[in-house]
Parts: sequence; C-alpha cells; structure tokens
Amino acid sequence: MGKGGRALALTVVLAGALTLPFVLSNFRLFQFTLVFIYSMALLGLNILTGYNGQISLGHSTFYAIGAYTTAIMIDKWTVPYGWTIPVAAILCLVIGVLFGIPAVRLEGLYLALATLALGLALPQILKYFEHWTGGSQGIVLSKPDAPFGLPLTPDQWLYFLSLGLLLLSMALASNLLRGRTGRAIVAIRDNAIAAEVMGINTTLYKSLTFGVSAAYTGVAGALSAITIAFVAPDAFDVFLSITFLVGIVVGGLASVPGVIFGALFIQFVPNYAQDISKAAPWAIYGTVLILMMYVMPRGVWGGLRLVFARLARRPAGTRTVS
Amino acid sequence: MDTFFQQVISGLATGGIYGSLALALVMIYQATDVVNYAQGEMAMFSTYLAWTMINAGLPYWVAFFATLVLAFVGGVVIERVVIRPVENAPVLTIVMVCIGLLVILRSIAGWIYSYIQKPFPSPFPQKPLQLGALILGAHDVGAIGVTLVVLVFLYVFFRYTPLGLAMRAAAQNPVSSRLVGIRVGWMLALGWGLAALVGAVGGMMVAPIVFLDPNMMAGILIYAFASATLGGFNSPGGAVVGGFIVGVVENLVGTYVKFIGTELKLTVALAMILIVLVVRPSGLFGRVAVHRV
Amino acid sequence: MPAVLEADGVEASYGWIRVLHGVGFAVEDHGITTILGANGAGKTTTLRAVCGMVKTSGTIRFAGQRIDGKSPEDIVRLGIAHVPEGRGTFVNLTVEENLKLGAYTRRDRAQIAQDFDRVYGYFPVLGQRRTQVAATLSGGEQQMLAVARALMLRPKLLLLDEPSLGLAPMVVREIFRIVRAINQEQGVSVLLVEQNASTALELADHAYLLETGRVVMSGPAETLRKDEGIRRSYLGY
Repeated sequence: MGKGGRALALTVVLAGALTLPFVLSNFRLFQFTLVFIYSMALLGLNILTGYNGQISLGHSTFYAIGAYTTAIMIDKWTVPYGWTIPVAAILCLVIGVLFGIPAVRLEGLYLALATLALGLALPQILKYFEHWTGGSQGIVLSKPDAPFGLPLTPDQWLYFLSLGLLLLSMALASNLLRGRTGRAIVAIRDNAIAAEVMGINTTLYKSLTFGVSAAYTGVAGALSAITIAFVAPDAFDVFLSITFLVGIVVGGLASVPGVIFGALFIQFVPNYAQDISKAAPWAIYGTVLILMMYVMPRGVWGGLRLVFARLARRPAGTRTVS
Repeated sequence: MDTFFQQVISGLATGGIYGSLALALVMIYQATDVVNYAQGEMAMFSTYLAWTMINAGLPYWVAFFATLVLAFVGGVVIERVVIRPVENAPVLTIVMVCIGLLVILRSIAGWIYSYIQKPFPSPFPQKPLQLGALILGAHDVGAIGVTLVVLVFLYVFFRYTPLGLAMRAAAQNPVSSRLVGIRVGWMLALGWGLAALVGAVGGMMVAPIVFLDPNMMAGILIYAFASATLGGFNSPGGAVVGGFIVGVVENLVGTYVKFIGTELKLTVALAMILIVLVVRPSGLFGRVAVHRV
Repeated sequence: MPAVLEADGVEASYGWIRVLHGVGFAVEDHGITTILGANGAGKTTTLRAVCGMVKTSGTIRFAGQRIDGKSPEDIVRLGIAHVPEGRGTFVNLTVEENLKLGAYTRRDRAQIAQDFDRVYGYFPVLGQRRTQVAATLSGGEQQMLAVARALMLRPKLLLLDEPSLGLAPMVVREIFRIVRAINQEQGVSVLLVEQNASTALELADHAYLLETGRVVMSGPAETLRKDEGIRRSYLGY
C-alpha cells in the first residue's frame, strides 16, 4: 500500500466520520463519541505501556481525575467547559509525573501492583471527599450547546469536538513518538540498561512519559464528563483500568492508529455480547478476548500490518519504531 | 487481652486463606513470570462445585477431596488448553488471556448459580473451642489447621520428591530442564493444577465466613496480592507468612483503630502494598532479582 | 569403527537467518571429535541441531537411527547428554539436586547410586560441596557440575559446548583430563565444540573446522594441528 493508497484510505475514513453525525441516531452518535474519547484514553495508556513498557493497571485514576476536575469546575465554580480541558490536562500531567518519579524504581510486576493498588483505592477516596465529589451520588452536569450558534445538536457538537481533539492528540503523539524522544522511549522499553548506558536519562524520560500519558487520559476523562454529563465514583473502578489495558492490547501495543480499533472493541463488544447471550455476556467478552490473543496477538493494527505486508510482499516488521 | 488473642487467631484464620491464594499466585508466577489474575475466580468456581456436590447429598469431606481432584484437573486442563497457545507470548498477552478467563468464569458461575449468596457449610463444629481462658471459633482454628496441612504437603512434595524437583527446575530454568529430559510444558500444567488445588482449599475455607457468591474471591484476591507483595513474589513460604501477617493486621486494625470502617479495610491492604513496594519491593523474604545484562 | 553420530547436509536457521549451510560430520563410537571455529561460525548451533533445540533440515543419525526432527526431551532419552554453552546449571538448586536431575529420565535406582559415587570420584570437589547451592560454586566447579550432571544420564554421547569459556588454563586442563578419562574408562563418545583450538586438538581424535556455517576442513586431529593455515589462524603462531 503506497503513500497514495494510504492517503486515499484516510480521506475516505475521515469523510465517513464527518458525515456520520448527520446520519446516525443520537444514541449511536453518543456511542461513537465515546469511542473517540476512549481512543484518547487508550492513546495515553499506549504511550506508557506500549511504547515505554511501563504497565499501568490504574489508569482509570487519571481518567477519573480529568472527569472530576471538569465536573467540579463546572459544578462548583461554573467555569465554562472549554477551560476545564486544558486544566485537566495540566493537572494530570503534574500528578502523572509525580507518580512516575517513584515508579521509576519499580519493575514490571511491581509497577502493575502499585498502579493496581492506586486504581482500587480511588473510588473509595472519591467517596470519602464527599463535599467536593458529591460522594456516591456523584455530580450531574448538563450537556453544552454548540458554540457560535452552529446548527448542531449537542450530541453532534460533542462528536465533532471529541473527533477534533482525538485527531489533534493522535497527530501530537505521532510526532512525539517518531522523533528522538520516541526512539528514546522505545529504547527504554526494549532494554532500559542499554538505554541508560547510551546516555538516555531513563528516570527523566520514564517520569515524563508517565505525565504525558496521564495528561492524554485525563483529557479523555474530562471529555467523558462533558459528554456523559455525569460522574460517579463507581464508574472509575479497577474494571475500567483493566478495560483500558484490554483496549490497547486488542488494538495493538505501540501503535497510534490501533487505539481506535481498541476503543471500538471495548465500546461495542460488550454490547453485542449482550445481544448474543442475555445470560452470559461477559463470558462472550472473555472468549472474544482470548480468541483475539490467539489469532491476533499484536492487536488489530498488528494484524492489519501483516496483511498489508503480505500484499506488498515485504517481510513484516521493517518499521523502525514498533 | 482475651479479645486481642481472639482477634489474632481470627486474623490467622483469614490470613491462612489469604496465604493459600497468595501461594497459588506465587507458584504460577515463579514458573511462568505471569500473575494469574483468574486465580480467585478459579477458586470460587471450585467452591461452587463443592457446593453442588454437598447439596446433592455427598458428605463434606468426600465433596472436599473430590473438589480438590476436580480443581487439580481443571488447572491442568486450563493450562494445556487455554494458556499453552500463548505460552511463549509476551507477558501482556498472557495477562489478557488470564483476564478473559477471569471474566468467563465469573460470568458462568453467575449464570449457573445466580448471584444470590448461598451459605456454605464448615466441616468444623459450631461450638467454640475453649483453650484456657480463650474462646476460639472452631472454624477459625480448623481453617488454620487445614492451611498448615496443605503447606506441609506442598513443602514435602517440592523438597523431597523427584517430580517436585523437576517442577522447581522447570520453573527456574526451562532450557536446561529440557536438556535433562523434563517435559517443561507438562510441569507447567502440573503447577497450574497444584495452584488451582491450593486455591480451592482457600475458597472452601473462606466460604463459610463470607458466604458463597460469584464475587466472593475478588476482595480476597486483593488481600492475596498484599500478602504475596509483603512476603515476596519469589518466596512461596514468604507468601504464606505474608498472608498471616495481613490477616492479623487487618483484624487488629479493624478492631482497635476506630475510624477505619469496613470501607477503608481494603485501603489498609492497599496501603500495605504501596508501602512495601516503596520501602522494600522484593518483600520480606523475597530475593532481589539479579538480571544478567 | 561405526559412527555413533552422523550428520549430513544439515541446515539450520534462527528465524530468517540461516546459520548452517549443509554441515556434515561424524563422531566415531568411543571417539572424541571436535568442531573448531571462530565466534559466530555456527558451532553452538551445530550442537543445538544435534539435540533438537533448533529447526533443521538434513539428516542426523544417532547409532543408525534418525534423530533430526525429534524433541530434546526424546533425544535425551536416547542417551545424548548436552552440556550447553554457559553451563546451564540450575543455580538455585544444590549440587546434589543438579546431579539428581541429570538422572531424571532413568529408572534404575541402584545404577544411579553407583553413578553418584563414580561422578564424585571424578570430581571430588563436587562431593565436598554436595549440599551447597550451585550459585556459590566457582566457574570451574560449575563447569565440572555441568559435566557431572551430563554423566548422570549414563550417556552414549556427550555434547560439550565450549567448556573452556571463562575458565583459567589450569582448570581447563583439569576438565579436559577428566573428559579423556571418561572417554577411555566409560567409553562415552564425545562431540566437543571449542574456540580453544590447541587444547581441543590435543584431546580429540578427529577434528572439523567450521567457518560461517560450512565445514571447510576436516581430518585427524594430529593433521589439523600441524596444518600451517590452522596454526596461523587459530593457534596463533
């Protein structure tokens, strides 16, 4: 698939995405908006886990911080929702770096455990600080109207907003990961000791990566609060963290476009599983997950790359950053 | 003072259960570098099987040992059928498969048995034991006893039998093991079988306390993680000791520190995990893994 | 004398990379054959091919039977013991446990006990350290343990991969002396892969020279030792 072919495919997909809001029902639109939001969250996690090799089982924490930042700012201080997004990003960046610094010392399993503990503690902490967070009841928000009097329904506007922010974050991420920083990040994943010996400041990169990853996921969380117009502690539990992890593995570790497939998976497969079997929808989900690991262990994106490589009769895996 | 001892014994009882599950986790981790997140659900499912047999009229101990056999076979089958295709895959892939397993088992249990809590019998008498001035729950003491029996059995097995030696070798150095003729794949399967068996014991000991439902083991899994972290993920003995410590601390903190209600009990376990990881990641008894560069 | 091991046209690859391009060699029954070559020549791969740890094409016969395509676990049970590069000892197990594992596939208890005595006879230092954890042994002792473990199989054929690596010359001489003793007293055939050409050529009857995956020279060890080209390239004088 040459450069021309790829550009054509992208244009088609983009055109499709832009016309969907005028064709789909509100509910479907809402689902696709969530897909974009999840994609952003998955992008954050993928930068940390896929590209940098730090496994996080607690990314729901940053998603929640973003969501609650937005909710509290809108609810308590009537800040316009637009401003809450950069605030969420910066806040999560800082917290991410602060968590990342001690995390540098933890390897694989232990980092997974630490993040798991963090993710588990969060709903309880959220419930504890009732005055700010509204406790178990959560905070209710209202969906914003389209700005500048554009002829769009709130759902359509949120769709475009999320899509726009997603494309922006994918472009930023791609840029970051393609250059020297990206190579350093991947080098740390592949062999931290060798990277250190080559002069890469692993502590700096690892904690910054944590921060950047948290920021992306935090922005996704902020958007989710605006889109769903409601936040409650139990939505941000460990299962959400695990769902994010499932998303990046299914979509393809260390791939930027793959996150969209991952988001589609985590948004729609549980729904369809329920249609297939009222009794055991999660059994279907689990089975699909396991089968995906057998058939496409490098995720959907990895599988697609193999297919394209075979079509072009090039051995797969000739990319530099992968 | 009596309350103190009673809480300690009670804590040791639940601690033994945490330790059993932690042991199962550590066994599989040592052999495969993978944490089997489905360990709790496998134990829960085994306990449901026991419940089915007891409900059908089988005497407790017959059902108990039958469940151990079924759990063992189940563990072996799961490893050979579900895990084997991804045995050499990167860790995250195997973790995904374990998560898939977790979700499937919980879902099937809910489907077959519903989510309503069921009582599970204890093989130990209802009457409390009296040791001097102490009054101890018979089930608590019994649970500690059963945990210790399982541990002794495992210790003897791994230390003194050729098969146990082969399993240890396969876990430490699969390549050299093949060179002496050990069929490493089957050793892995046996490891999973034993881990499932140990988990089943834990499940059957805890069910009378917390009642049987598909969510039963989820909370316990967290405590098991705390136990294994405290004891050290590469120390089976440490995991069990860690379990006892976590159980006792949990009980004592719950009794004597007033503002920690049942909600924050979980936070105590989590705080323990984080503290251990920051202060001494390899745990009390674990060895710092030295990697050849 | 019939050959206990015969390889013909063996090719082996790691993924896309072809390492052996049609290698052929033989080990005589009760003989010692050595395969020499520089780093990267494919010597370790050759031994891996014999014990089934790498995918190969071509034929490999052990005592007349084809073993190419069999798994390592099965090949071990036929009587081939491999002492890998880097020794491959079970470092967290004791000396005695390591030796027990060497005899894992055997059922004859009485003979295994005899072999323990025999092995402690060849390597008294192992007898002294039998309850010690293998990681506490020195490099030379670990090499001895690796060879001893292989002997516990009562193998017909012993594969040795660079036993001199990282060891002091005195220790190397001692180990090679013991290997010769094992060969002469027990009749164990030996296939020795070595970079240390001079010591290997002193020990072996027959030698092959491997260069980037091909046999470029072969003959009696005596002849190769005297050869100009070999002397210059591999013996350094």
